[in-house]
Amino acid sequence: MKEPSPAPIHTDAFLARLMRDQLKLSIACALCFVVALLGLPLLNYFQPDFMATRIGGFTLTWLILGVLFFPFVWIISYVFIKRSIALENAEAAAAQDSSNS
Amino acid sequence: MSAPFAAFIAEAVATQGIDPWIAVFSLATVLVTVGMGFWSAGKSKSTGDFFVAGRSVSVGWNASAISGEYLSAASFMGVAGMVMASGYDALWYPVCYACGYLFLLLFIAGPLRRFGAYTIPDFAEGRYDSPLFRKIAVCFVLFIGFFYTMPQMKGAGTTLSYIFPGLPYWAGVVVVGAVITLNVSLGGMKGITLVQAFQYWLKVFAITVPIFVVAALVGHYQQHLAVNQTVQETVRTVTPGIERKALSANAPKDEKWIAPFGSLTTKAVDAAIKVAPTVEAKAALEANKRPYSLLYTYSLIIALVCGTAGLPHILVRFYTNPDGVAAKRTTMWVMILIGVFYVFPPVYGVLGRSLTPELYDAVGSKGTDKVVLELPTLLAGRDYPVLGSILSGITCAGAFAAFMSTFSGLLVSMSSALAHDIYGRILRPLSSPEQRLKAFKWSALIIGVVSVLLGTQVEKLNINFMVGQAFAIAAASYFPLLFMSVWWRGMTMQGAATGMLVGGLAALGAIALTTLSDVYGFTGLATFWTEHPLMRILCEQPAIWAVPLAITLMIVVSKATAATIPADIRMKMLVLHAPEALGLKQEYIKEHESLGGH
Repeated sequence: MKEPSPAPIHTDAFLARLMRDQLKLSIACALCFVVALLGLPLLNYFQPDFMATRIGGFTLTWLILGVLFFPFVWIISYVFIKRSIALENAEAAAAQDSSNS
Repeated sequence: MSAPFAAFIAEAVATQGIDPWIAVFSLATVLVTVGMGFWSAGKSKSTGDFFVAGRSVSVGWNASAISGEYLSAASFMGVAGMVMASGYDALWYPVCYACGYLFLLLFIAGPLRRFGAYTIPDFAEGRYDSPLFRKIAVCFVLFIGFFYTMPQMKGAGTTLSYIFPGLPYWAGVVVVGAVITLNVSLGGMKGITLVQAFQYWLKVFAITVPIFVVAALVGHYQQHLAVNQTVQETVRTVTPGIERKALSANAPKDEKWIAPFGSLTTKAVDAAIKVAPTVEAKAALEANKRPYSLLYTYSLIIALVCGTAGLPHILVRFYTNPDGVAAKRTTMWVMILIGVFYVFPPVYGVLGRSLTPELYDAVGSKGTDKVVLELPTLLAGRDYPVLGSILSGITCAGAFAAFMSTFSGLLVSMSSALAHDIYGRILRPLSSPEQRLKAFKWSALIIGVVSVLLGTQVEKLNINFMVGQAFAIAAASYFPLLFMSVWWRGMTMQGAATGMLVGGLAALGAIALTTLSDVYGFTGLATFWTEHPLMRILCEQPAIWAVPLAITLMIVVSKATAATIPADIRMKMLVLHAPEALGLKQEYIKEHESLGGH
């Protein structure tokens, strides 16, 4: 008797697409974070006078690192969670549709 | 148990001049912690309750509990102490402690939870079908755990010797170690989840309320920051009503303290400049100071960000979420909860520099690490003696919550490694659930005793610095393992083990070298560091080379051993990445159960 063809979710193509889509989203969010995280020391290094500008008693670099960095990361994580859940729902729906068809 | 302890406190207050408010708040924290531990212990019955809290912890509870566990003595006391001691450069610690969770969220949290293991060594064995790899992973759980435990013990000793001035440092370590060990032995993971969630909110209260009151009376964060003159400013800012005491010779100068690339990141080069034999050598070192400092900063950032995503006692908490989506939501809330907290310790450091500069002259448990406890007492000299005592009592309670909650989490993680991974999986695979529970309790006792012994040896070391080192080891071992195992199907057990072992041990060895010279006074090493400041930086902050080394080895060795990629790798990767709605996790576990595996 002929073996039934594997379900789409058990194919390499499905796994590759699933991981690629997830990784693309993760890397896009990580890049926003990494650019800011690694860029701040570079600004401190090459633009020390600008980063020492006083803003309400804080130096600019102190204000960014000690206060503003936290909400910046919250925004990235919020965007990631929303998109990631939407992506998972779309993947699950697409996989179930292809299994049914 | 509490009655004799209360009597001891009452006698100590009467005979040693101890502040009764501080004693009462601290005692209340200990009693509530122990009481909640006992209460929760009655609800912990199964092995699942002990190891992963029955996998039923909601997002809100889990986020509070993870935050409670994560905000350790380093966060509560160490960050403030380090900002006071080193200024701007120390700000990277709280920022990266909080933001490191983003890497965990983006790359690890969801897949790890979907895999459905109890511990990280479970994941290591399940992903590679290798019992040997479980043993290697267990060793790293213990290594990192003990490194992280030592600063918690230092926090305990420092706080208790502050509250009871006659009490030796080691006695504080022993008392706190004994209380927590008892708590964990009784309730396991489920027992401490409630305690840690409560302790998060206690810590937020304890770090925020006193500083708002103190700042309202002595001046705000930005006002005290403004009195520190930058190199670009020709005159010091004078704000009416803002007092600043004279800094001692041991305090860093304003321009080095407030600006990037200050004393923390340049101390290796500064030490080398002091002993450089010629003017030319001094000039060459001076020219290298800022580039080396930038290198130090990047290595520190890598250690803290990648290390957060590789801490076993935090990762194990993600298994307590019901599913992968809950794990991601939990991570986002953790970032918000701990981010809110981390804004405040630097405020203590900044105000402490202005108002308690005498701490610069003390070392060990009497130095800047105690600024959080010391700052509120200043109000006593401003006609608010009771308010000062109450606020100091609140910060002491927060400090207690800090080292108690983190030590609890570490103890659960390390006891699980011993009881579940070594006893249950390696020594006695056929043991009953009751025997494993008994093993968990004995493991907690053994780990507790070892932790106390190690804690008594680290009085001289800075709390936050020690935690940073634990992060560097985690960054070079578990982070590459988890990241690569989750995202690269070509990884083999040999590649994973080689990368994790070499990266982790190299980081551990490098850090141990700096500790040998700093704590135990190995003069030969100290001389070597002054002759080679770059080597000193790379050993003190090894993440910048150890993390790429681990990842490179994983890739190269995996390529060379590609024939040993697990046969069911596609199924494993599907379990890690496919949404739960597809039901693949069930399939995977049934399939492996039928084979007597995972």
